Formats: sequence, C-alpha cells, structure tokens
Amino acid sequence: MFYRECGVYKDSYARDMAIFPIPLDRYGFIVMLILSLVVIPWTASEYWLSNIMIPFYCFSISVIGLNILAGYAGQISIGHAAFMAVGAYSALILYGRFGIPLLLSILGGGIVSGFVGIVFGLPSLRIKGFYLAIATLASQFIIQWVIVHWKWFSGGVFGTVETPDMHIFGWLLDTPVEKYYLALGWLIILAVCAKNLVRGQLGRNWQAIRDVDYAAEIIGINLYRDKLIAFAVATFYAGIAGALITFCYYGAANIEEFHVMVSFALIGMIIIGGMGTILGSFLGAGFFVLLPLFINRFMGIFMEVVASEIRSNMESIIFGGLIVFFLIVEPYGMARLWHTIKDKLRLWPFPY
Amino acid sequence: MTFFFEVLINGLLVGIMYSLVALGFALIYKASDVFNMAQGAMSLFAGLALVGFLYQYMHLPLWLSLLCTMGVMTIWAYVIVYVILRPLVARPPLMLFMATFGVMYLMEGIGQSIYGTQAKGLNIGIPDKTFEVGGILLSSFDLTFAFVAAVLVVGLVWFFQKTRTGRALRAVSDDHEAALSVGIPLLKAWVVTWIIAGLVAVVAGVAWGTRLGVQFSLGYIAFKALPVLIIGGIDSIPGAIIAGLVVGAGENLAEVFIGPYIGGGIQTFFPYLIALLVLYFKPYGLFGKEIIERV
Repeated sequence: MFYRECGVYKDSYARDMAIFPIPLDRYGFIVMLILSLVVIPWTASEYWLSNIMIPFYCFSISVIGLNILAGYAGQISIGHAAFMAVGAYSALILYGRFGIPLLLSILGGGIVSGFVGIVFGLPSLRIKGFYLAIATLASQFIIQWVIVHWKWFSGGVFGTVETPDMHIFGWLLDTPVEKYYLALGWLIILAVCAKNLVRGQLGRNWQAIRDVDYAAEIIGINLYRDKLIAFAVATFYAGIAGALITFCYYGAANIEEFHVMVSFALIGMIIIGGMGTILGSFLGAGFFVLLPLFINRFMGIFMEVVASEIRSNMESIIFGGLIVFFLIVEPYGMARLWHTIKDKLRLWPFPY
Repeated sequence: MTFFFEVLINGLLVGIMYSLVALGFALIYKASDVFNMAQGAMSLFAGLALVGFLYQYMHLPLWLSLLCTMGVMTIWAYVIVYVILRPLVARPPLMLFMATFGVMYLMEGIGQSIYGTQAKGLNIGIPDKTFEVGGILLSSFDLTFAFVAAVLVVGLVWFFQKTRTGRALRAVSDDHEAALSVGIPLLKAWVVTWIIAGLVAVVAGVAWGTRLGVQFSLGYIAFKALPVLIIGGIDSIPGAIIAGLVVGAGENLAEVFIGPYIGGGIQTFFPYLIALLVLYFKPYGLFGKEIIERV
C-alpha cells in the first residue's frame, strides 16, 4: 500500500541504474541525509554527538570495508582492527610529524593501510576458508607488535600518540559538531563509493568469487587481481576509519583500541547487521555502539548505578546471543529484516 | 651449548601444551567441520569454574572440583550442539565458524558474570621447583603438565584410532550424510567431540591458569594454538602434535636468540610468521588433507 514498485517506469538508462529506483526509498534516503546533516548536529547533545554518533560513523566505515571483503568477496578477515591501527598511526605520523594537511593525512592513512592490506592479502591467492582466516589473524599480531616495538611508529611506551590540534585550511576543529561533520563527510563519500563499487563490474566479480571461486575463475574473472583489490579496498576503509576514530573520538592513538577483540567485534557487527549489504554495515555498527546504552538504560531500572563490569558482561552475552540468533534465524542479519518489513509494507493493511 | 638445549627443551615443554590446545581445535574440526573460535573461551570458562568450585563459592576437594568442572563443560557441550549447532547442520562451514564467535562471547560474558572479572590465583598443589638435569634448568611444573598433556595426546589419538566411538567420529568427519545413513547418530557424535574439547579446555585452563592467573586473557591461549593448527594442517592429529613442538621450540629459540636484536616480545607473532611461510608453500599445512575442487 505505502511501499509500491508499480508506477515506476525505468524509461532511461540512468533510471534503470538508479540506486533507489523506488520513490519512497529515495525520499527516505533524503530524509536520512537531512537528519544526519542538519537535524542531529543542531539538536543532539554534546554527549550524543561525540560519544555515540562519531564512533557510529567511524565504525560504519570500517564495517563497510569488512563487509566488502567478507560479505561480498567472501574472504573472511579476523585482523581488521589492525588495519584501523595502521591507518590511525600513519595518519597521525603524516599529520603530526610531516605537517601534511589533515584531510590528505587521513586519506594517506587509508592508502598506507590499503598497501599493507595488499601485502597481507597475498596468501589469499593460494589459501582460503579457515586457513585464510588464521593468516589474517597473523596480520593482527604482526602489526600490533610492529607498532608497539618500533619506536618510530608509536613514539610512546604503550604505543600511545596524542593527536595534535586539527586544522583544515587554518580552521581549528575542536567542537564536537565540527568533528561530527568531518566523520560524516568521510562516511557519505565512502558509503556512496562502496555502494557503487559493489553494484559495478568489480562487485559482481567479488560476488562470483564468494559464491564459487573456481567457477568464477573459469568464466574469466581474474581471481588474483580481484581478491587483492578486495583486500586493498577493505583495508583502505579500515585505515580511514581508524584515522577518523583516533582524530575525532579517542583523541590519542592507542594500540589497545585496536585489539584483536575489536576485530572480533567487527565480525560480529557484519553478522548482526547483514553480510553482503551496505545497509547492514550501518545497522551492525549502530547496534554495536548503542548496545551499552541500551543495557545502561535497561539495567538502570533495577539498580541505582550500573557497574561497568556488569555492563561489559551483559554486552558480551547479548552480543554473542544475537550473533547465534541471527545465524540461526536470519543469516542475512538485520538488513534482511528490513527487507521483510518492506515486503510487508507493500501489501499492508490488506492481506494480499 | 647447554643454554641452547635449555631453551630448546623448555620450548618443547611449552610446545606440548600448544599441541594439546591445537588438538582440541583439530578434533572438533575433523568431526563437525567447525573451526571452533570458542576454544580459548572454553579454557577461560573451565579455569573460572574450577576456581569457583575450589575456593570462590564452594570448598570442594581438588578431584571433586575437577570432576564438577568437567560436568560443567559437558553441559556446555550439550547446549552448544543441541541449541546452537543443530539448526545449522546443513549450512556452509563459514556460518558454523561464525556461530562459534557467538559462543565465545556468550562464554566470556556468562563466565565473568558468575565468577567476576578480577584475576584469580589458581594453585592445585603441583610444586613449581626448578632443578637441574645435566646442566639444564627445568621446572617441575612444566614437566608435570607436559607429561599430562602428552598422556592426553596419546590417549586421544588412541581413542580416535582404536575405539568404536572414535571410529564413528572419524566416519562423521569424512562425510556427515554418509555417516548418518549408516546409522551413526550425528548429534551424539558431535556432543562427544565437544566434551573432548571441553576436557582439553580444562587441562589447558588449569595449566595456563596456574601460571598466569585465571583471568580474561586466558582466552588468548587459543591464539597460540591457531598457528600450530595451520602449520600442521587443520584436520591432522599428528600435524597438531609435531607443529606444536616445532612452534614451542621455535618461538622460544627465536625469543632468546633473535629477540634481543629486533626488540623483544616476538613470541606473540613469531608462530604466525612461521605459519604464513608454511602456508605460502603448503596451502593446506604440512599434513593437512588437500582439498581438490572440481566444477
């Protein structure tokens, strides 16, 4: 009734290729854009902006990257957080030590991370499945060690580097709103790029590789090239996300923030959000960021002060339970739930 | 030269423990095609439960505590197989793999909710004295646990190769559907494997828990076993044993003889470096079954 495909005529190539061919989707997207660009920055409190929205955007970027690699190209990676660390540290070094402009530094963080990702993606040419998963775990430990032990990268004792003041064209970014716009800007650009990447030739190739790789090779897809591109793109996204979250949220690069548990959490996010969808990346990241808040509110009904211990335990129970739940009940995650809702809306309120 | 042997032998003793944990992975992988990321969390849970039975909530004697811990791990095995894995039977292995991530989070969360997050000491009365054999310093604790692990490894290999249940498990690992069709109860076979993995987790939890204290990072011992596993080949029992010894000795030697030049603490990643090298030349590990795919 409210969500209809009928009356949508695809009478030009441009319309046929539109990301949102259905008007309601398009309006919804515009509303979301207005919400995130105008409404949220001017109405949300500082706490919401800097502690919820900014990490949500940064994790979304990282999860989009992992989703491209694991959800689209089918190459599971459990070392994704390490590439966030690579991006964070290289952006900091570029910006703080070499004085390269901020936006270029963040981009540089992504590019460095992408190249490191290609190196660690090399084994994927010969191995796959669990062997590859463990090989990517190797990247986590090797990168962590290099950052902590090679003083040139980390400077400090525990690999902690403070972020300097952020200037863009002489404009000092210090309020949460400005940082929010920085993160949001990157997110919009990267999400649009990702959506178009996975719709295009490359995305089709990735999905073919994910489904049956040797069949993909036989129909003429260059596995060698496309797998490495998937690794490069995914780690590029991770690098940018790492740089952004360090600049806008943590305020200091610390290797503990990019621990192997973060890599696991990122995998949990793509499962809960939905493998192989860009929308799912947002849902998964949003869920992960909001979960502690929900628990606080919920447990707050029963007790005065919610101990951080209880909260973190509840977090892992709910997170783990939901991973299992989604795998059993809805393997395509929250994104598929959204599709189901749309299917229902098509007829609602009529039975058929 | 004695120093070299001391480092080597101590490395080998640690290596036997790695073999044991890797064996836990390999067994489950063979029987159910599940790569069990929760193995580390299982060790953590076993350690926590043991501390709970020994000092925290009850004051049971050691043997009873170990038995109760084993009971708890058995309950987990049933829950995992019947609640989580049963609906996922025909799904691709990658899904099962991800489900074990969920199990990992669940175990950590539940374990720490019950037993608390602070590090706990664990002492089960095995003396930790160092003594000298032919100029080589050895720790009695390491020796004891290496012995226990070795016995377990031999026992498991025997169990898998010789007993009826072991044969059924191998049949399941070869082909789920064929095993079902000749009347092997798949889920029961899985429960048995998960119980064995629980047993391995208890031993690993006790050994590492005594040395490092029972705390969250105990779950990380799984990361030590993963490179062992892929060096040996995920589905190979002899592979897990040999690779465990190689990694144990290799990382200890590397730490002592290479470590000082490039800045210490290389134990965390050195096994992975070996693993990457091995994978580059042997994509299915040294002893793993090569998968040949046809269109």
